[in-house]
Amino acid sequence: MDLTDLTIKEAHQGLVKKEFSALELTKAYLDKIEKENKEIFAFLTVNEDLALSQAKKIDDFIAEGKKISILAGIPCAIKDNILVKDIKCTAGSKILENYIAPYDATVIKKLKNQEAVILGKTNLDEFAMGSSTENSAFGPTRNPHDKSRVPGGSSGGSAAAVAGNLCCFALGSDTGGSIRQPASFCGVVGLKPTYGAVSRYGLVAFASSLDQIGPITKIVEDAKIVFDAIKGKDEMDSTSLNSKFKIQKSKLQIKIQNLRIGIPKEYFVKGIDPEVEKVIKGAIKKYTELGAKIEEVSLPHTEYALPAYYIISSSEASANLARYDGIKYGYSKFKIQYSKFKSLLDVYLKTRGNGFGDEVKRRIMLGAYALSAGYYEAYYLRAQRVRTLIKEDFKEAFQKVDFILTPVSPTPAFKLGEKITDPLTMYLSDIFTVSVNLAGLPAVSIPCGKVGNLPVGLQIIGRAFEEEKILKIGKLLEDYELR
Amino acid sequence: MISKQEVKHIAKLARLGLTGKEIEKFQRELSRILDYIEKLKEVDVSKVEPYIHPIKMENIMRKDQAKEKEIEMKKKLIEMAPEKKKGYLKTKSILK
Repeated sequence: MDLTDLTIKEAHQGLVKKEFSALELTKAYLDKIEKENKEIFAFLTVNEDLALSQAKKIDDFIAEGKKISILAGIPCAIKDNILVKDIKCTAGSKILENYIAPYDATVIKKLKNQEAVILGKTNLDEFAMGSSTENSAFGPTRNPHDKSRVPGGSSGGSAAAVAGNLCCFALGSDTGGSIRQPASFCGVVGLKPTYGAVSRYGLVAFASSLDQIGPITKIVEDAKIVFDAIKGKDEMDSTSLNSKFKIQKSKLQIKIQNLRIGIPKEYFVKGIDPEVEKVIKGAIKKYTELGAKIEEVSLPHTEYALPAYYIISSSEASANLARYDGIKYGYSKFKIQYSKFKSLLDVYLKTRGNGFGDEVKRRIMLGAYALSAGYYEAYYLRAQRVRTLIKEDFKEAFQKVDFILTPVSPTPAFKLGEKITDPLTMYLSDIFTVSVNLAGLPAVSIPCGKVGNLPVGLQIIGRAFEEEKILKIGKLLEDYELR
Repeated sequence: MISKQEVKHIAKLARLGLTGKEIEKFQRELSRILDYIEKLKEVDVSKVEPYIHPIKMENIMRKDQAKEKEIEMKKKLIEMAPEKKKGYLKTKSILK
């Protein structure tokens, strides 16, 4: 039995039945990381000692006959923009190269309460800005399905770690598709929760009205287990909420015949790879075969989502990243020369000019431009008005249907280097995912087929706080594929 | 098309020190991105309110009290700063 192949429940049962120990389980992953991380480069930091001592602790619990939680002893990986106390947190940036997290993010506190084993921190595009993980200051991650290709981004390290069996599950963050698109490229499940469903305390801020932390897992059931562990209101994040719509157990017994599924016509237009379209249409057909009613719906402002997203997210980023000033957070390169700076402005200009990578600089400038005197109304305010229209599009569509199915990305994983020199083309990889963040809705990427050997993900979008339902719908497809 | 002068102006607003080569590169790239964003002008937004936040916000109050744990954290944070003196961050002079 390959221990790194197991799902969360399988690994949990193995531990409980003493088929293997937590130490053996963690060691199996650490060995695999040791062998394969050099090439895939999913992990930036591996904390072997901490992981092993945590695993030993679980074995003691089990030996004492204590009941363990479902995540106890389960090895996981954390995107390196989520703080894990006393471990480096770089956000993929040189400017935080030596930053040691002084506290645990709320999601980490929750995983630690359940005694999960944290193997290490995963690679990402710098400050989660990107769609390929090539914007990491520490080098790109490779897709385990084809190592000449990107894993997607920005949670590319987390998705590649799950797909390559370098961890049992991972956490990512999603601002415009950064969980769903890499999940799609790597053939794993990725859930972007409703805005406010999961606390953002301890997540390195990119665009605060869009960011959400969510699970990346091998199967749908695992995504539900992890989501249940990390969700909920947190006093440290005033935008976090408890789900207002407690779904009754009985309502979860989904009768596929009663389901109304919407297909937005605006998502099947020019620009989508015909092979991807074929796979997505094939997945939709499976839902029809299972008895769901498929209806065409319209989200008329879809084509404006991407430009609105880039204005809003970059504006928020330019404000959020103002904190990296060379004074509070250092950029170690200048540490010794600090006295040589001419002025305070000089400190800012040199620290930020040298510490940030190109994509981060581009977005900070785009945001500063959109917020600057004379342009605020034309760009930022207009984008926020368009955002209202996008939210209303979904509201209207959800009066007709219960779920919306779309592709996650217009293409499968592309080659390393293919899009990195052309920022605008790279932005277009997010064209099907950003609307969901603008509207604050939950969505999941479910593997639904392949183009050649490259996985393709189906995006299932639901109403706010209906994560459980979209996961159920995802599971129907997963079960169908296994038949 | 955004001018080189404008790029320099934004870079300064954003406190980014750029080289001459970078200014040229970003002028090109930002121009293309802004051209694409022009698309937003097609939408009639005259009767639409701007979106403020995904969820309805209300004020959340708490006591203004220092917590033991936060004092610990403060020490750690200051420790990581590049320049410090007696528990404070050190900067270049702000007022001349």
